[in-house]
Amino acid sequence: MSELVRTLRPIRWAVSPRSSYDVVIVGGGGHGLATAYYLATRHGIKNVAVLEADYIASGNTGRNTTIIRANYGLPEAVRFYQRSLEMYQGLEDETGAAIQHETRGIVWIAHTEPAMRTERARCLMNSASGARTVMITPTELKELVPQIDLTGAGRYPVLGASHHLDGATARHDRVAWAYAAGAAERGVDILQHTPVTGLLRDGDRIVGVSTPNGPIAASVVLSAVGGRVTALAAQAGVRLPVRTHPLHAFVTNNYAQGFGSIVASTELMCYVSQTERGQMLIGAEFDTQPSYSRQSSFAALRGYAYKVTRLFPFMRDLRILRTWAGICDISADFSPIMGATGVDGFLVTTGWGTWGFKAIPAAGEAMAELIATGRTPALIEPFGHDRFARDHVLADQGSAGTR
Amino acid sequence: MLWLTCPNCGRRPVDEFSYGGEVPAVPDGITDPDERDVDLVWMWGNVDGPTTERWFHAAGCRRWTTVKRDTSLDVELA
Repeated sequence: MSELVRTLRPIRWAVSPRSSYDVVIVGGGGHGLATAYYLATRHGIKNVAVLEADYIASGNTGRNTTIIRANYGLPEAVRFYQRSLEMYQGLEDETGAAIQHETRGIVWIAHTEPAMRTERARCLMNSASGARTVMITPTELKELVPQIDLTGAGRYPVLGASHHLDGATARHDRVAWAYAAGAAERGVDILQHTPVTGLLRDGDRIVGVSTPNGPIAASVVLSAVGGRVTALAAQAGVRLPVRTHPLHAFVTNNYAQGFGSIVASTELMCYVSQTERGQMLIGAEFDTQPSYSRQSSFAALRGYAYKVTRLFPFMRDLRILRTWAGICDISADFSPIMGATGVDGFLVTTGWGTWGFKAIPAAGEAMAELIATGRTPALIEPFGHDRFARDHVLADQGSAGTR
Repeated sequence: MLWLTCPNCGRRPVDEFSYGGEVPAVPDGITDPDERDVDLVWMWGNVDGPTTERWFHAAGCRRWTTVKRDTSLDVELA
């Protein structure tokens, strides 16, 4: 048995739900499980249930490209994601479970002068807000990633790049398991295959959820749902600025050389990294039209393959081994939506689009603090649902790494 | 991949179209004028199932058309 497997503790699954809890969390992905973990460990709130319709991490937690970074374009966002990045660095010590965290740096390539200006601004913004990002020349990029074609097949020349030094990856399902095991050990009930079919109301207040196993009462219901959050929020009478779009990704067969960094191109809208097994992992932009379909299409794969081989000709010799899609809740301003909804007893952590995995620790910590104290932590205060009505949106599409 | 039927050009791939949003934009249940404004600008129905949508045939006849689509499977409905 490998050392990594030995660190995984068996999860103490709940057999059946109790009739009432202090907190019911809908959605057993990273965000829901991390919130439950921090409620139990930091605030001593252990009368908590996490309800998952399928198995834990079956949604976008287990479908993303596992990139952890804080090179965002707004001070509020950089501070938030930097907190998350730092929490990831200490997550193995905190939970005692190996999550295969590896700091390898992430490079964002600029192919035009306007893109160079954007990346220079990103470096200044990041440095001012606590994240380490510096500009590098094409020569320095070639040293980091020798496989790159700096001419971009003659069409997408590399003018320079921003290098986010603390960019990292981690095994996404292990992150969910680490939080699940830690929460369950402390008495949190994690119920798999328990879909929430509705919300229970008492006047204007949400007082619980209904499931096929019967109703469950709760003082607080937190929606940590990915994908089908709009339908759940609608039951509470909450409209969300969220559209759900599928995003495809694929891995190739084993590439038997090291690929040192995570590489992204905002102009080509694709990102490349190497998994622990040596496979090349590629993701790109989401589908233009909203849908809930997880069917990968040949057209999408062909498009991604075209883009990625402009920069990395060696990948023409690789084969696509596996492909999948996740359905991403793209918020109107490309920033997450966390906190109160205006309906008593109903909180959301949503709008995680293509930027949810990297935010799991910080968002879980902040949502747990909000539930435990009733006060919104300063770190997530700008990300409230009410920002749209107040015209204080956090438009940051240029940092999403996707369309 | 999704294909849509344009009344002028016939069945064409989705790459030729621009998505114009769902119909109706604001539910009738919202009556406060300010709330209707916020909803019109920011909120979406994001339906999981049959929807009615506007699409613009940008790389074709450059006309708007109304399309019925099942968002659960991402297919056009007759």
